[in-house]
Amino acid sequence: MGILTGWGMPEIAAQILIGFLGIFVLVALLMVLDIFLVWVERKVVARFQDRIGPNRLGPWGLIQPFADIIKLIIKEDTTPGGADKVVYNIAPMLSMMSVLILWAVVPLAPRIIGVEDLNIGALYIIAAGAIGTLSIIMAGWSSNNKFALIGAFRQVAVMVSFEIPMLTMLLIPTIFAESMGLNAIIEAQDIWFVWLAPVAAVIFLIAAIAELGRAPFDMAEGESELVAGFNTEYSGMKFGMFYAGELLHAFTFGGFMAILFFGGYRFFGLEQVSAFLAIAIIVFKAFIGYWIIMWVKYTLLRIRIDHMLGFNWKFLTPLAFVLLMVTALMNALLAGYRDGSSTMWIYVLGMFLSNVAVGWIALEVARAYSRRERQKVEGAKKVATT
Amino acid sequence: MVPLSWYLIFAAALFSIGLFGVLSRRNAVAILLGIELMLNSVNINLAAFWRYGDVLQMTGQVFAIIVFAVAAAEVAVGLALVISVYRRRNTVVADEINMMKW
Amino acid sequence: MTGEQIIFILTALFTLGSGFMVVTSRNLIHAALWLVSALFGVAVTYALLSAAFLAVVQVVVYIGAIAILFIFAVMLTRKDMRDQGPQMNSNWWFGALLSVLVFVGLFFLLQGWNGLSRTASEIPAGFDAISELGDALISPDAYVLPFEVASVLLVAALIGAVYVAAFNRK
Repeated sequence: MGILTGWGMPEIAAQILIGFLGIFVLVALLMVLDIFLVWVERKVVARFQDRIGPNRLGPWGLIQPFADIIKLIIKEDTTPGGADKVVYNIAPMLSMMSVLILWAVVPLAPRIIGVEDLNIGALYIIAAGAIGTLSIIMAGWSSNNKFALIGAFRQVAVMVSFEIPMLTMLLIPTIFAESMGLNAIIEAQDIWFVWLAPVAAVIFLIAAIAELGRAPFDMAEGESELVAGFNTEYSGMKFGMFYAGELLHAFTFGGFMAILFFGGYRFFGLEQVSAFLAIAIIVFKAFIGYWIIMWVKYTLLRIRIDHMLGFNWKFLTPLAFVLLMVTALMNALLAGYRDGSSTMWIYVLGMFLSNVAVGWIALEVARAYSRRERQKVEGAKKVATT
Repeated sequence: MVPLSWYLIFAAALFSIGLFGVLSRRNAVAILLGIELMLNSVNINLAAFWRYGDVLQMTGQVFAIIVFAVAAAEVAVGLALVISVYRRRNTVVADEINMMKW
Repeated sequence: MTGEQIIFILTALFTLGSGFMVVTSRNLIHAALWLVSALFGVAVTYALLSAAFLAVVQVVVYIGAIAILFIFAVMLTRKDMRDQGPQMNSNWWFGALLSVLVFVGLFFLLQGWNGLSRTASEIPAGFDAISELGDALISPDAYVLPFEVASVLLVAALIGAVYVAAFNRK
């Protein structure tokens, strides 16, 4: 910036220009990463399904995503007959935008972060998700297509419902770190929060997969059920934006899992060595999170929409609230043990055990409930066969 | 710097636009849209007075948060009522919902 | 004209323009989407006022829930996909007159107040608005009672809305 003011540019304009340059570099890197993620996705799904995946174009099929992009760009860009043109065209842009703005609060290194440690970073994640929800309903409605509308309704219902456990689980690292800023949360993770609150990490993962609209919660793009859900009428690059946006969103949430529960860019002091090492560490952890999300997608079956919503409101939300209360209570009770490094293990053990106890009790309640349901059904069957 | 008067005039303008929406639209849902604009303008006023007054007193922000909660509750119940009326009378035009019981 | 003033004027024009389109749009879905942009403009105004928490909660609550509720309600209360009939009622000129009068009245009322053109004081360093807000919401000699009453109100609204809109099979 000294160079630009030296050339006579007024200070405020130089600041704005540097800001834009930073944004541009980050977005460009993310788009390149997105292309790479398409390749990773296809190779990983192939391995899960006991086949090889694309291997014709380039070494290990690395040129495949570029071929996909060329295909999408040269496809005809249709707009359905009775569709609302403005809304139809804005929806993919909004969807991509809601993913890219998430990267403004991701701390890439101890001093590299989009916005100077926004002190409400954790809540900002939910806000960006809200814009994504809006884009899906715009896409579904403006397609002038019943299947798209149903798919959009279902997806929006799932996203709005699962925001509540996700928000509650975002409060748990906030309690531990005493701040909502993501940089502060990473700085406070001398012990990874996953050891302090493992059930919270699991619930956050489940809620995040539901927010992303990926299997087993992908009722919206219920491939082979609702044609293609809310992106039925989208073709060409508009569909490409939805698809690439979804993959990048999954990777971003892998990154948030890493930041909130697995220490972010910290790795036993390695991040102090160089900023690039810190970025490499966080990208590596984000890839592990993304791999877990992909693993869940390609292993589990799709859940029916009413089971999905019932699972959220009857099991996950009460569990999330109880977990938050227990964690806050235990944190306040054991706060004294937090300072000394010799008594730290009491704190860690206490939090871990209380979390696991809550999770265990919840599973026992669910198990008892399902046992009762099964007896009702199977009891009736036995009577009928005599 | 931005003087306080700009924020207050902005909020007053938003309020009168919302008022126009409430008074002149036929559709009940559109009337609720106007009410939302009015509530937002009030919130802007509260936040501006918090900022331009004593920043250490959180009264303005707390009041704004309570208004958020009240607006959400009101929209939920209002739209539930509108949908329920639509199911019975098959209309949401405010002028046509003018008989208590037939 | 400092940068902050320019940003404020742009945001205010955007919000007022969107608000005007909300109340004059013929197509109700478009009106709901213009409401979304007006709400977003209000969120930007909160950010300009350094009320960061309000800005984010505005996006989450208003845009992420209330605007979506409006869109659902518009979709569930229309007989077909096109709007028919006039969208302003027969007394709309009176509504316009009244709203202009209200605005002019407020304007003159504000002019008579001498604290009007004060500028914002600096925020003291190390002031963490979020923790101050949290303290204010739960401390007994601050605002814990309105906070709890608001939560009771939300539960009542939840139960009421579900009951009223429930599909009764007769």
